[in-house]
Amino acid sequence: MTENAPKKTPLYEEHVRLGAKMVPFAGWLMPVQYTSIVEENQTVRNKVGIFDISHMGQLIVEGSGAREWLNVMLTNNIDKLDVGHGQYTFLLNERGGIIDDLIAYRIGEQRFLLVVNAARTDEDFVWLKKWRRPAAGAPENYRQDADTTAIVNRSADFGGVAIQGPGIAELFHALFGKDVDLPPRNAIIDPPFDGTKVSVARTGYTGEDGIEVFFRASDAVKFWNAALEKGKAFGIKPCGLGARDTLRLEMCYPLNGSDLSPERNPIEAGLGVFVDLTKPHFIGRDALLKTKENGPPEKLVQFRMKEKGPPPRPHYAVFQNGERVGEVTSGTLSPSLNWGIGMAYVSAAHAKIGAQIDIEIRGRTFPATIEKKPLYKKS
Amino acid sequence: MNVPDDLLYTETHEWARREGDKVRVGITDHAQSELTDVVYVELPKMDRQANAKEAIAVVESVKAASDIYAPVRGTVIEVNKALEADPGLINREPYGQGWIFVLKIDNADDLKQLKDAEAYRKQIS
Repeated sequence: MTENAPKKTPLYEEHVRLGAKMVPFAGWLMPVQYTSIVEENQTVRNKVGIFDISHMGQLIVEGSGAREWLNVMLTNNIDKLDVGHGQYTFLLNERGGIIDDLIAYRIGEQRFLLVVNAARTDEDFVWLKKWRRPAAGAPENYRQDADTTAIVNRSADFGGVAIQGPGIAELFHALFGKDVDLPPRNAIIDPPFDGTKVSVARTGYTGEDGIEVFFRASDAVKFWNAALEKGKAFGIKPCGLGARDTLRLEMCYPLNGSDLSPERNPIEAGLGVFVDLTKPHFIGRDALLKTKENGPPEKLVQFRMKEKGPPPRPHYAVFQNGERVGEVTSGTLSPSLNWGIGMAYVSAAHAKIGAQIDIEIRGRTFPATIEKKPLYKKS
Repeated sequence: MNVPDDLLYTETHEWARREGDKVRVGITDHAQSELTDVVYVELPKMDRQANAKEAIAVVESVKAASDIYAPVRGTVIEVNKALEADPGLINREPYGQGWIFVLKIDNADDLKQLKDAEAYRKQIS
């Protein structure tokens, strides 16, 4: 994290005007809430909500060698992507630890868009550039001729919003016209919008149907206000990071920096499905093969408190039969369930669905049950 | 923001209402609006002694847990059990049904250490 003053997204003035409480997050000043986290969470679950995601990073990788090279940099199999489609994937270090989780979109035959976490954007960019040049000691197949693959950090040029909730289909047509179809899940399209062009991906971080829209930073205010105006009919509300965190945790989507870190790998995190170990080479593969073979020492589990009580929080200790077996990485009171929920790394022997654990909160323990994900299911 | 004239206040956003040799304590309208969505209250133990500025209760919002401090030295003689079932009372009626505990004051002179409404208004402006 930089020591510099936090950056402002192109929507900063709009947030302030709407009465948002602004907090520093990942080097940016972001709205944590406008009215109430509970209200904003429920708006997304029942109607439609809009989030500023301009802080997220955009890296463009392009060139005749881009596809092959990205398949060495990232864990998922990019060969499976048709033009106009995206996939969730990881950027790992050599030890298999997670530098970042991201969505890679193939936006041209030889052109890819990586949408990465705000706090990791600079690090990702430096890492990728390092591997683009033949590094001393790098295995032969990791090297890529600089002439065939270009990487550009376009994060400062783009703003973005996520629009999420069951009202999305109607709002999408209100914004882009009846003749434009919603892209399929994980696909990305570039429909015209009010004299400009935007990119719309059918993705999100809430568990509701929704889109993420990217546009030039100079178009951000125009698009934001249009979405709020057109969304009125569908009960839209601006939603902050607080609601976003509860929504993703109800779905058990991991948060980089809390549930994922360079010390954790995707197999421990239960996200092996986004790792293609049949690919002959990618950074971190050897370490993951070893983890797979030996079994991870700890696993990320999701749990639900057994009683109404204080909500679990990150860093609370996890016990089983009086023995310390792990630590909470994410926790909150779920607004949708009105109940305490969380995720924790727990030693593998204890990480069983249905297992009873105890969460230590201010010196007392409170019982919880390890459950399957997601913790929230639409009824 | 509502800051009633007849209450005393702390730097840490508790209010105190004098009732004879006791004070009733809660958190201010400003504090509840900053926290929003109070989802859990850990009440102090009955009969416990507390020093001024000692953390004796916890108010949790969706986002975080916040300590609540005793405004003056005293003994806890009443706690608001209604908050266990309905913590949102703190948001809806911070100065009424959302009170948290009652302290029997050790020394009434200690109340002079607290802020009046005007000083507290200045603090949050």
